Amino acid sequence: MALFRQISKRIAYAAALLLAVVILNFLLIHIAPGDIADTIAGDMGGATAEVMAQIRIDYGLDKPFIVQLGLYLWNVLQFNFGYSFFFNTPVTALIAERLPATLLLVFTAQILALVIGIILGVISAKKPHGWLSHFVTLLALFGYSAPVFWTGIMLLIGLSLMVPLFPVAGMVDVTLLDAPLWRQYLDIAHHLFLPALTLASIFLALYSRLCRASMLEVLGSDYIRTARAKGLSERDIIYKHALKNALSPVIILAGLQFSAVVSGAVLVETVFSWPGLGTLALQSILARDTPTILGILFFSALVVIIGNLLTDLALRFIDPRINSK
Amino acid sequence: MATSKKSLQTLAQDRESLALVTARHPALEVFSMFIANRAALVAMVVLMAIILAAIIGPMVYKTDPFEMVWAPFTPPGTEGFILGTDYLGRDLLAGLLHGGRVSITIGLVAALMSVFIGISFGAFAGYYRGYVEEVLMRITEFFQVLPTLLFSMVIVALFGASLQMITIAIGLVSWTAVARITRGEFLRIRELEYVTASRSAGATDLKLIFQVILPNALPPIIVQAALMVGSAILFEAGLAFLGLSDPNVVSWGQIIGSNRLYILDASYTVTVPGLAIFITVLAISLIGDGLNDALNPKLRSR
Amino acid sequence: MSDTILDVKNLRVEFNTRGGIVPVLDNLSFSLDRGERIGFVGESGCGKSMTALALMGLLPSIGRVASGQILFKGQDIVNASTKRMQDIRGNEISMIFQEPMTSLNPVFTIGSQIAEVLHRHRNMDKSEALKTAVDLLDAVKIPDARNRIASYPHQMSGGQRQRVMIAIALACEPEILIADEPTTALDVTVQAEIFDLLRDIGVQTNTAMILITHDMGAVRQMAQRMLVMYAGRKVEEGTVDQIIKSPRHPYTKGLISCVPHIRKGADRLPNTLPEIDGIVPDITSFGKDQCLFAPRCERLTQQCLDRKPDHQMIGKAEQQSVSCWHPYGRQT
Repeated sequence: MALFRQISKRIAYAAALLLAVVILNFLLIHIAPGDIADTIAGDMGGATAEVMAQIRIDYGLDKPFIVQLGLYLWNVLQFNFGYSFFFNTPVTALIAERLPATLLLVFTAQILALVIGIILGVISAKKPHGWLSHFVTLLALFGYSAPVFWTGIMLLIGLSLMVPLFPVAGMVDVTLLDAPLWRQYLDIAHHLFLPALTLASIFLALYSRLCRASMLEVLGSDYIRTARAKGLSERDIIYKHALKNALSPVIILAGLQFSAVVSGAVLVETVFSWPGLGTLALQSILARDTPTILGILFFSALVVIIGNLLTDLALRFIDPRINSK
Repeated sequence: MATSKKSLQTLAQDRESLALVTARHPALEVFSMFIANRAALVAMVVLMAIILAAIIGPMVYKTDPFEMVWAPFTPPGTEGFILGTDYLGRDLLAGLLHGGRVSITIGLVAALMSVFIGISFGAFAGYYRGYVEEVLMRITEFFQVLPTLLFSMVIVALFGASLQMITIAIGLVSWTAVARITRGEFLRIRELEYVTASRSAGATDLKLIFQVILPNALPPIIVQAALMVGSAILFEAGLAFLGLSDPNVVSWGQIIGSNRLYILDASYTVTVPGLAIFITVLAISLIGDGLNDALNPKLRSR
Repeated sequence: MSDTILDVKNLRVEFNTRGGIVPVLDNLSFSLDRGERIGFVGESGCGKSMTALALMGLLPSIGRVASGQILFKGQDIVNASTKRMQDIRGNEISMIFQEPMTSLNPVFTIGSQIAEVLHRHRNMDKSEALKTAVDLLDAVKIPDARNRIASYPHQMSGGQRQRVMIAIALACEPEILIADEPTTALDVTVQAEIFDLLRDIGVQTNTAMILITHDMGAVRQMAQRMLVMYAGRKVEEGTVDQIIKSPRHPYTKGLISCVPHIRKGADRLPNTLPEIDGIVPDITSFGKDQCLFAPRCERLTQQCLDRKPDHQMIGKAEQQSVSCWHPYGRQT
């Protein structure tokens, strides 16, 4: 029950964070030069002062600040983020259409980075001065230093253009729309591979390096000596006793990186024309479509918060000490 | 007896010479550790060269990076263009030199800004604890939840893509790591004896924060600050790649962004500026690593 | 001598340090009978723990056995295969450590940590091993054992954790139990409880024990024989009673006089507690051909600096032996 209470506390806190994002959105609309009336007027190709005033009344812009905030919150609570004049669609519908692609990319990249990173980290920790260990260090430096969009373009040039192994852009092959479901999934996976690998490359480097350091530290600890004194095999010592302890800092880091993964996704989506929130964000920003931009900011924060909650859960699963704090 | 007396003396001397640890000024120690790190030293030289090229380059190489000087897609090394021309026939070398100025300047200023914000948040949170800490750390967590790039895209979109606004947008979203590190160091150091001693000697809060604790908290913050310059450069490159840069200046990311649709015709227009970003940030990361090794007392004793 | 279980002969363990190769154990010999309890005494850094790790085959990577033998049940285990050593560890020779707070893996239940060693060496399945774990926890006097097997280490006190460590060490009924400063990190009252437990178990199960400590009182309470180490060398060995009654090495003498109440019938306390000046020499001077205690010694003569003293028998056979040029003071 204590666990249940802690988790509900975390969820309540997540909700509070989301509320803060909504308020930030509202403030941004208010501080930014220009308002909806200007946008609509721009859309119509100019409007008289009377028309502008009428629009402002229609949209409640004449009401006091606090009432407007209340109205905005009330709308958000019903998942109403306004109407996109550029796309001629409600923002929520627009985002709902794009969100799954981003979720797929973000979570695939995170999991890919974690799995490969941990494997590399563990293997290189077994021989801290071996070639693989040096490779992990180099990989980490590359991942940290290379601009992710450039890595993406380089992979695109190499593996889609020069050696055409993977599709150049998009998420689905339109010629396969009538194919059996498994074939379509396979097609999505095929499209997903390069973007996910690109996005994972930054974090893979980070995780493998931390996992290596964490493993090395754990392997020097007293309880590993105990495990040796128990006569356990090296395999049990490394993969059972050491790894479970070494994972916590890696998982914590992964949780902290969720917002960076979503940020990276914006760039990667642009490179690979992935139909997610990132490409939508860019389109709406270039079109100065404020409601859509702010809706995306809200939903991307939501993705980060959900990612953090999942990390938290994973951590509790791994380390029993957290639950009793 | 006499012999044993003498031996006792030499023994005592031996013992002293064993105990004698060569003591040097700590800054000198750090410096020599840094010098001993060959990778960091090479990186330092490379970074200096890049910075020099960015400062002097545009004065010496006077070609306007915006001007169409030759046929588009002139390959590198031909027609007198060392790095060739891009899809609009603009000189890539000129773009690279001018772009370096912008990228590095934004990187430095934005990093400075975020370090300043981060230290303020972390220091006050770690020093005052309680209510102040709660509020400051909640704000930090709030900023951690917003995807940094999207948030700065929104800022740039709403308030315009001027150099200043881009720098502010980057600095405003990337200070949370510094705040976390600073707070952690403050929490640790504020419990140490010399802080208690200065406090009982009547030092004010501000004096304790900035003159007693902060100097001792600096090593990990300096390392982080060095890395921040690198990530700010990457950040700016990302924004510019998306087309959200000041239209009046060239930057490395912006060259890649504007040329990326023509990679089939001329992949070097993307490869080369990307390499410039990569090498610069790599050099900064290596320097950060070197600083980390030199400043980390745990490693130093080995 | 037929019931000798462990016979260490001229063991030399070297560390490869930046300052060159140094012997952290120099020509160490001792033997241990079945069911016998021996105390290893000395300050930190004297090689006590290294002896234990050498016996377990768990020397740190910079260390190696350079020469000598470790005969376990008549078989030399210095060059035994990794597999063979893994079979011995936790099964025939067990060890408990100084730091109960950190010696248990924080992310596994104590039940599974005990069961693991039974599964490894006794091939028990999970439920059987857990059942045995409950019995073991009972045996080390942890209350409510049946429920405690689901506990994690952080939910237990230091004394309880050390009891769990003892349960793990005893799970496979080892022939030798090495206890490396098992109570140093614990409260004084808990220390006594742990020693009582160890001795009782030793007597009941006829397990031979090597107790490593710097606590003379503990040795007196626990062991029949003791061995004093200094700077990687054995300086004195003999029965506990004999050595405490008449220590022959100045270092032993110093150690004992640090604990004034230890001698039976000590009718008066000395006015000042005599202490041994100085510190254990730096590891780089280990192995020099001289008495390494000389710099701290009141009996110092030229002879002590010229050659290292041989280990010689003193008095009645097998009762006491010492490495000192002047076992009866400087006059002799």
